Amino acid sequence: MKTLADLAAIRDKMKGKVAIREGSSDTRIVVGMATCGIAAGARPVLNAFVEAVNDAAMTDSVMVTQTGCIGICRLEPVVEVYVGNEPKVTYVKMTPEKAKEVFAKHIKGGAVVTEYTVGSAE
Amino acid sequence: MKELSLNILDIAQNSLRANSTHIEIDLTEDKTSLCFTIRDDGCGMTPEFLSRVTDPFSTTRTTRSVGLGLPFLKMQAEMTGGCFSIESKAKQISPELHGTVVSATFIKTHIDFIPLGNIVDTLCALVMGAGEVDVTFVHRMPEREVSFSTREMREMLGEGIPLSAPEVIAWLREYLLDAYAAA
Ligand SMILES: Nc1ncnc2c1ncn2[C@@H]1O[C@H](COP(=O)(O)OP(=O)(O)O)[C@@H](O)[C@H]1O
Ligand SMILES: [Mg+2]
Repeated sequence: MKTLADLAAIRDKMKGKVAIREGSSDTRIVVGMATCGIAAGARPVLNAFVEAVNDAAMTDSVMVTQTGCIGICRLEPVVEVYVGNEPKVTYVKMTPEKAKEVFAKHIKGGAVVTEYTVGSAE
Repeated sequence: MKELSLNILDIAQNSLRANSTHIEIDLTEDKTSLCFTIRDDGCGMTPEFLSRVTDPFSTTRTTRSVGLGLPFLKMQAEMTGGCFSIESKAKQISPELHGTVVSATFIKTHIDFIPLGNIVDTLCALVMGAGEVDVTFVHRMPEREVSFSTREMREMLGEGIPLSAPEVIAWLREYLLDAYAAA
């Protein structure tokens, strides 16, 4: 049974780490979470990315965040991936399964999954 | 929306965008009904604006290109024979006490009732995106109750560790899953 007291242990383990993390996350995964995104299934996509980052123990280098409407409602759920100085990659019509694949191939492997990008969808 | 918990996430995002400092989510269930209230202390809305936000066909809505979150929720609640209400005090009119309260009641036995679904995922996504905003949640069921407050979490975590840290979100997920399993 988890209790609030567990957070004290998390605090002790993370002391100092977060400050370093904030500056060094060179990969950002941004999930669109406006009404259209949520209705199309953005929440499980967000969770799939969070889980993948946790499972891979990459919380220091990969940040998962949310944003409002990315502006392409009919292609939701939409996810933007920023890796280092590379140009942004926009993935569309995402699912948790596709999220796992993008994580493995793009975030970990460095290879854009072209078939899920906005370019291929249009 | 396929789950009411998705509506809850969507409506709570309105509160986040309204510059609230505190969002309270109160979910009460019995055998035949489910009711939730989302209360914030954000910028609120003027009476003119408020009268239009639940009407998807209002011209103001299309010209302002505001969304469909509130009309969706109203429709879903009313389709089950339940009800919807929204009250708001705009900051520019009432600088001391402002904010918005959205309430929806659903009749669970109605054929158009959509299940609550994964409320734990909704709460994790909400806390992850909440930044400095505090969230209080309580889910009252006939013989039990599940609740949490980010203020208590922040107290335990101290300065410097954001609630959005994946370790913290993972804890919240397990904490809630445990609480629901025990409840
Ligand atoms: N809690 C709130 N506080 C202040 N303004 C709100 C709140 N909820 C909704 N609004 C206003 O009503 C509008 C319509 O909300 P909604 O139907 O959810 O669509 P959307 O969020 O996509 O614009 C919002 O754009 C916002 O201006
Ligand atoms: Mg909204």
